[in-house]
Amino acid sequence: MTETIIQQIGSYLASQILKQPNRTITADESLISSGLIDSFSLMDVALYVEDNFGVRIEDTELNADTFDTLTQLAALIESRKK
Amino acid sequence: MTTFPERLQSLHSRTPDRVALTLQFSNTDDLSLTVDQLLRGASSYARALTLANIQPGEVVVLILQHGEDLVYAFWGAILHGAIPSIMPFLTEKLSPERYRADLSALISVTQPAAIVTYPEFESEVHGALQEGDSVREVIVTNKVEKQVELNFDSLTGFQRQPEDIVILQHSSGTTGLQKGVALSHQAVFNQLDAYSNALNLNENDVVVSWLPLYHDMGFIAGFIMPILSGIHLVLLSPFDWVRAPYKLMRAVTKYRGTLSWLPNFAYNFCAQKIRDRHLEGVDLSTWRVITNCSEPVRWESHQAFYEKFKSYGLKREALQTSYAMAENVFSVTQSRLGSEPAVVEIDREAFTSERVAKLVPDVNSHGHSVMKMMSSGRPLENVKVKVLDESRNELPDLVVGEVALQSNCMLTGYYNRNDLTENAFADGWYLTGDFGFMLNGEVFVSGRKKDMIIVGGKNVYPQDLESLTYEVQGVHAGRSVAFGLFDEEQGTEEVVIIAEVDSEDPAEQQKVADAIRLHVTKNSAIALRYVKVVDPKWILKTSSGKTARSANKEKFLKELNSQP
Repeated sequence: MTETIIQQIGSYLASQILKQPNRTITADESLISSGLIDSFSLMDVALYVEDNFGVRIEDTELNADTFDTLTQLAALIESRKK
Repeated sequence: MTTFPERLQSLHSRTPDRVALTLQFSNTDDLSLTVDQLLRGASSYARALTLANIQPGEVVVLILQHGEDLVYAFWGAILHGAIPSIMPFLTEKLSPERYRADLSALISVTQPAAIVTYPEFESEVHGALQEGDSVREVIVTNKVEKQVELNFDSLTGFQRQPEDIVILQHSSGTTGLQKGVALSHQAVFNQLDAYSNALNLNENDVVVSWLPLYHDMGFIAGFIMPILSGIHLVLLSPFDWVRAPYKLMRAVTKYRGTLSWLPNFAYNFCAQKIRDRHLEGVDLSTWRVITNCSEPVRWESHQAFYEKFKSYGLKREALQTSYAMAENVFSVTQSRLGSEPAVVEIDREAFTSERVAKLVPDVNSHGHSVMKMMSSGRPLENVKVKVLDESRNELPDLVVGEVALQSNCMLTGYYNRNDLTENAFADGWYLTGDFGFMLNGEVFVSGRKKDMIIVGGKNVYPQDLESLTYEVQGVHAGRSVAFGLFDEEQGTEEVVIIAEVDSEDPAEQQKVADAIRLHVTKNSAIALRYVKVVDPKWILKTSSGKTARSANKEKFLKELNSQP
């Protein structure tokens, strides 16, 4: 399940945020601390997660301390789905 | 005429217990400060500057995040008679090395006597200091002793004269030397007088702002003006707003906000990204003027914002526009209150090829594409505006040229850069570098003279981004092009970088694209939307070997649109 989440969000980020559909984002690549996803796109990530996984990420959680990689984001989603 | 300290003292003697400022935070309760509390906090910093032997007239750089210390340190410097300048804080987007280099460059031009910062950031600031530079003291917030007494007589700020420089605003260049726009007490008050009239400012107004204070719109409209005009200011952090844009609407509801300023992209951002569940109980009926300013204003963005918030009491005529720049303190024009800003429909082709705005009802628009242009309003009562051709002759209505202005609230100069100040004026007119046209006394701004890109209200020079691209391994100097691409959905420009590499291997090209994205973002704090790495000879050059940005942009768009 985690694999699927990582793959799905990864391809969303590559195609919609980075506009590089062929880009592969690895599970442990840092997203926020590296500046790959800028602050204006963080809301998009939260909305995408909410719409596709039914899991809410609060605005105070949109930072590298809460999740910085796809692995961490997937774990956050999994933990809230239960 | 008066000075900032005199105005503060007068506000204090009239209404010491009026709430001057409310600070909002993401995790803690709002903090409201009365005029008395604000000035007591400020006098602590005035005292700290005295102890540090900082003289009136010397520059003090503030590197502080949203919060009490920032406002106390700023007004403390004013009460002391020093010249405060607020600088952006280091964020995770920018590399610390680049930040340090920029700060060192700034110090070498601006020659500040002191820097005020947090304990956590002290080592970062020391890293930017060099042997023999102008900085004599780094004042750390936790070492500043709280003052209980507020004694105006002991404050050296009262020695300052109306024509003296009171503040420096730094222009938002991406890399290299930034220009410090030096403004006098007199210039700021002249702006506030004229702008207050244009806004019908009154004591019942409440300004709500999330804008950063290191940028003219947030600094003047969302900080200096309300404080000096005796109007309640509710201040949010830009860092929180970008993660929770609905907090602006909640703050307007809670404090019955009447005035706000937003860059164009924020209209789209709020319209698209705020969930209805976050708007429960929101009432925007008190919001009387929301001014769109600092990037090209778009009718479509107002439309989207209105549609989203009209059921929460937003009034259509609250959506207004302004054209502004730090060199004029802030506002140059403001649309007339009580009605919507004028919108004209013009022939797109004539506009781009002949640089003339042909109104659509007047031309045979059959088969022609039509574009909407929204007015930025009329010049303030103390400002004159004209539009010039390349020989600096005044142009008639509807013909596009460079916007020039004259006023009694212009900058004193670019601080320590007389060369730049001289170049900025011609025959007593300030040349803005912006393109636009006039119609019926109103100003329509269409773009920049240079290829400058405006991303989310921030000015970006493509040359700076191209230079950064050349630093990436695999990219040769002169073989990259950067330009802005307007994104309808976001209501702002997005940055495109194209770079040629020798390798034609897609995997290798992908690696270079990643490296460019990372390097440019880390060194400019600008997120790139498209990074395209191409084979040699893709980039079009002019006959003199210069990179033709517009031709390359057309080629890029053609390829983008032909993709399946």
